[in-house]
Amino acid sequence: MRQFTLGSLAVRVAIVLLCVLWFIPTLGLLVSSFRDEADVKTSGWWTVITDPFSQWTLDSYSQVLESGMANAFVNSIVVSVPATVLPIMIAAFAAYAFTFMRFWGRNVLFMLIVGLLVVPLQVAFVPLLNLFSDYDLNGTFLAVWLAHTGFGMPLAVYILRNYMATLPHEIIESAEIDGASHFQTFWKLIVPMSVPALAAFAIFQFLWVWNDLLVALIFLGAGDNEVVTITLRDLIGDRGQEWHLLTAGAFITMTVPLLVFFSLQRYFVRGLTAGSVKG
Amino acid sequence: MSDDPFLKIVNGLVAIVLGVGGTAALYWVLNLLVGLLPGKWDRRIKPYVFVGPAVLVVTVFLVYPAVMTVIFSFADANSINWVGLANYTALFQDDEFLGTLFNNLLWILIVPAGSVIVGLLVAVLADRLKALPERIAKSVIFMPMAISFVGASTIWGFVYATRFAQGDKQIGLLSAISTSLGFEPVAWLRIQTGNLNDLLLIVIMVWLQAGFAMVLLSSAIKGVPDDTIEAARIDGASEVQIFFKVVVPQIWPTVIVVFVTILILVLKVFDIVYVMTGGRSGTSVLANTFFVELFEFGDAGRAAAVVVVLMIAVIPVMIYQMRQFKKQEAR
Repeated sequence: MRQFTLGSLAVRVAIVLLCVLWFIPTLGLLVSSFRDEADVKTSGWWTVITDPFSQWTLDSYSQVLESGMANAFVNSIVVSVPATVLPIMIAAFAAYAFTFMRFWGRNVLFMLIVGLLVVPLQVAFVPLLNLFSDYDLNGTFLAVWLAHTGFGMPLAVYILRNYMATLPHEIIESAEIDGASHFQTFWKLIVPMSVPALAAFAIFQFLWVWNDLLVALIFLGAGDNEVVTITLRDLIGDRGQEWHLLTAGAFITMTVPLLVFFSLQRYFVRGLTAGSVKG
Repeated sequence: MSDDPFLKIVNGLVAIVLGVGGTAALYWVLNLLVGLLPGKWDRRIKPYVFVGPAVLVVTVFLVYPAVMTVIFSFADANSINWVGLANYTALFQDDEFLGTLFNNLLWILIVPAGSVIVGLLVAVLADRLKALPERIAKSVIFMPMAISFVGASTIWGFVYATRFAQGDKQIGLLSAISTSLGFEPVAWLRIQTGNLNDLLLIVIMVWLQAGFAMVLLSSAIKGVPDDTIEAARIDGASEVQIFFKVVVPQIWPTVIVVFVTILILVLKVFDIVYVMTGGRSGTSVLANTFFVELFEFGDAGRAAAVVVVLMIAVIPVMIYQMRQFKKQEAR
């Protein structure tokens, strides 16, 4: 048992200071988003400490939602969910083969995937824009779904393979002896056993797609299909001084990831530890 | 003004059903076809049925574009005529681009190290708290991980906001502090002296990434066997000595993993710079310059050359990554 010492007091002070330092910027955003426009523009958000019962309001939220954020919110969901689901099955099949099947070129192909994990996405943009424009895809949801499926694939294969490698090989062998095909073993044994890794990747990919600005900017752009990150970027650009709108808008974009994050933190952490690189 | 949101959601659902159903059907059909082959061939070809689609996807979306980008970097703005190395020589004779490279270097030097140090500090300190305070402290530090770069830029843009009009109260925290200390209000993100504006942007990235470092380092620290620490304590080592001589060597592999992961992220940093300054006042980084060259100047050749420079910067990390993986597999 540790005793209460000067040392442990110092530890407490240090950790509290760090946490306050880390939390204050977000707190400022949150507090300001519920303040009246005039207040936000004329006094610091910290003045609410001395005047805690001043006029709180949801005006900024309704204003920002009406000016396109609500539409963007729907778009973000429409972009993120398929972009998360689509790569999973393709990656799972590949991860199975890399783990349990022997074939010529297996190591080389997997090394390619590991190498692609760190390749900057920017290398893909211009050729893909050309390719998509051949099929009139730029600006459509399909373009972003495809792009995110491609960009997420190396990480998905990597996480799933690393997880499957930890599964006991005997199970596969006994399934083979029982006459099960690889196809059956995959669906009936490996997929159900890999749920934690599938979940970890899904959360990781979902947060990544939801928070992404660059891919959305390039393949979707501004307009009717724009996602929340683009709407927020435009708010900052066009109305950089309208802090009541900016703070409310930013908080709206943060709600979904924060919710996913705090409810599924355990899986998310596992995803980070499993494949902590992303291209 | 906008499409029916209901339609969009249906659209998304159809995509999921068609996409997932379609790929499932594809595998099923391929599997069936290969199954018709005689046993030996069935076993030889089936693995390629399993990996084929994934390899095809990364080829179309990453490998092919990467090759094309390298080719484009030797061509002109519209990718029509060859220009040899002209894009590269133009870049490296441009002082602004050299400044951009220097900025990237600054990010690389500060963010990974800064995040590891803060992460380690919190991991070590929180480890000494009771369970609940430990969890709260860690959640606070980790929370920014869920926030987008654009969201973080808004949060910090508010911290850095400045009012210049006479009599206006400051609403940004930083300016409020500096003016209360008697300084004149300044536009923080335009101050190039000592790269202050770059540093203010870099702070945002450390704020975002420290939580990631903390989570991985914390679990590594908890994995350090107690008896090694006890033995050192019996030998009379101080807590500081124990930390540097016993704990740090044992968690070093994790420190490297965290460092490299953040390094890769930082090499490609884009959103924060693009949203906060657009790369103005000498704050640009490679990924931002790429975007500007491509979409503001419409120069696909120079944009491609910028990406190739970025890719070359990533190659050492990539080789390291592959080697690590081989080592790990050999174990």
